[in-house]
Amino acid sequence: MSAERPNPPADFGDLLTRPSPWLSGDGPHAEMVLSTRMRLARNLQSVPFTHRARDEQLQGVMMSVSGAAQRARSFEHGLMLRMNELAPVERLILVERHLVSHELGDGVRPRGILIGADQRLSLMINEEDHLRLQSMAAGFQLAEAWSLADGADDELEQGLDYAFSEEIGYLTSCPTNAGTGLRASVLIHLPALVLLEEIQRVLKSVAQVGLNVRGLYGEHSEVMGNLFQISNQTTLGRSEHDSIEQLDRVTRQIIGWEEKARERMMRDARVQVEDKVWRAYGTLRHCRSIQTREVINLCSAVRFGVALGLTGLCPLGVLNELLVITQPAHLQRAHGGQLAPAERNVARAEIVREKLAEAEKDEPRRRRPNRE
Amino acid sequence: MLCQICGKSPATVHFTEIQDNKMSEIHVCERCAEEKGMHASAKKHKFDIADLLAGMVDGMTSTEEERVGHVQCPRCGMLYSAFKETGRLGCAECYTAFQFQLRPLLRRIHGDTRHKGKKPARDHAGATRTRQIQRLHDELQRAVEREDFERAAGIRDEIRRLEREAQATPDPAEGRS
Repeated sequence: MSAERPNPPADFGDLLTRPSPWLSGDGPHAEMVLSTRMRLARNLQSVPFTHRARDEQLQGVMMSVSGAAQRARSFEHGLMLRMNELAPVERLILVERHLVSHELGDGVRPRGILIGADQRLSLMINEEDHLRLQSMAAGFQLAEAWSLADGADDELEQGLDYAFSEEIGYLTSCPTNAGTGLRASVLIHLPALVLLEEIQRVLKSVAQVGLNVRGLYGEHSEVMGNLFQISNQTTLGRSEHDSIEQLDRVTRQIIGWEEKARERMMRDARVQVEDKVWRAYGTLRHCRSIQTREVINLCSAVRFGVALGLTGLCPLGVLNELLVITQPAHLQRAHGGQLAPAERNVARAEIVREKLAEAEKDEPRRRRPNRE
Repeated sequence: MLCQICGKSPATVHFTEIQDNKMSEIHVCERCAEEKGMHASAKKHKFDIADLLAGMVDGMTSTEEERVGHVQCPRCGMLYSAFKETGRLGCAECYTAFQFQLRPLLRRIHGDTRHKGKKPARDHAGATRTRQIQRLHDELQRAVEREDFERAAGIRDEIRRLEREAQATPDPAEGRS
């Protein structure tokens, strides 16, 4: 086993030097689907749900769960982090990497996260539910992500007594998650449907079949970077397989619509599209001060260009990475100290320029992969 | 999935509210969204799961509502009224304690009330004991309702014994490879 994963992260700092594999820009339909994610909510039968439990009970949960995880092959060589032992900026970094939620990141109560050796699996402990198991995959890979989460769940369950009822299934703190406790989701980039103003119709039809859609970073209605997260809504009365199958079907349909919209745009407005893409790339490549929102939106335009097959732009993986490393906590850590907002914009611009310059250097090698 | 307010039309409007770092989700039909003033633009409008749950019992008379609100989970002590406020249950046992109130709610949220899906594969001594304790808790509640206090005391002792046993062997998987 250890031969397959020779180099697990040793500590938090080490973890940060490793890119998240699900941001690689590979995987099926990577030109449209950034990542696929599964989340399973589980609780221990004998302990009140997190918000009602005393701190010492939550400590007990941490011990039971890490004990069970030590015997689970899925978490072999994993890294266990206790939230209250991390600095606030470190906790925020984990949030920005989508490894932990805001709730877990508050750092006050006994909470923790266990990160699998290859970062595809993670397990939040004492979030809204005692266990929130998460698996991530690059591109559109529902079956792979599910089998990863399902397997880890089976292994953990060997050493834990999950709260479960025959009638209602896995019992969760909020009744909206009861049953399978599963939230399956894909993060999808839909620039053509947005530009052609067809997105509202698409989102409405998705909602009508019982799926949930929301913007990537938008806490309200605002969607940045033309990125949408589509997930199953209900968890009771529908098996995991059925939920995933429905998400698969609907996502494929949306991919088809976006493809058609892209074709139409390239047929009717190729020059305008290419102009927008290259202007976006130029701004990112040469900016001297830039806000997060602008990075996200410009990256969307460049991503669109890459997907359309324009050559000379950076690979998708670089764009994915930029979305993560240009966020405040990552910037602060890279810079080694607190940054005022204006300084942050300058530091952000520097990182974006550097990353793109690096990618440009690699470009000739990428275009002639067989000669190396 | 049906609207969480009227329970009739399909829910096509979905809200995620983040307050004090807590996230909650609300799914309603367009008409109810409009009535509650929950347009995407009206994001300052306060509306959360607690209001929704409160809305659930709007149809009840105040005495009914009072009675339901006072239902308490025998294990964690959570009152149904507290669940209505927070949208969070207190423990696994709450699902049994509030089953009559929860069933219609689960139907509104999920359109169904029966689990179809994965089950824990294992059923070792600890799990069996837990289920036994669960059953005894139910029996205890019934005994108290019958005012059969002698029987209730016997059940309580049995529960304590099993719970002590559970504490003495906290890790049922110990010893397995």
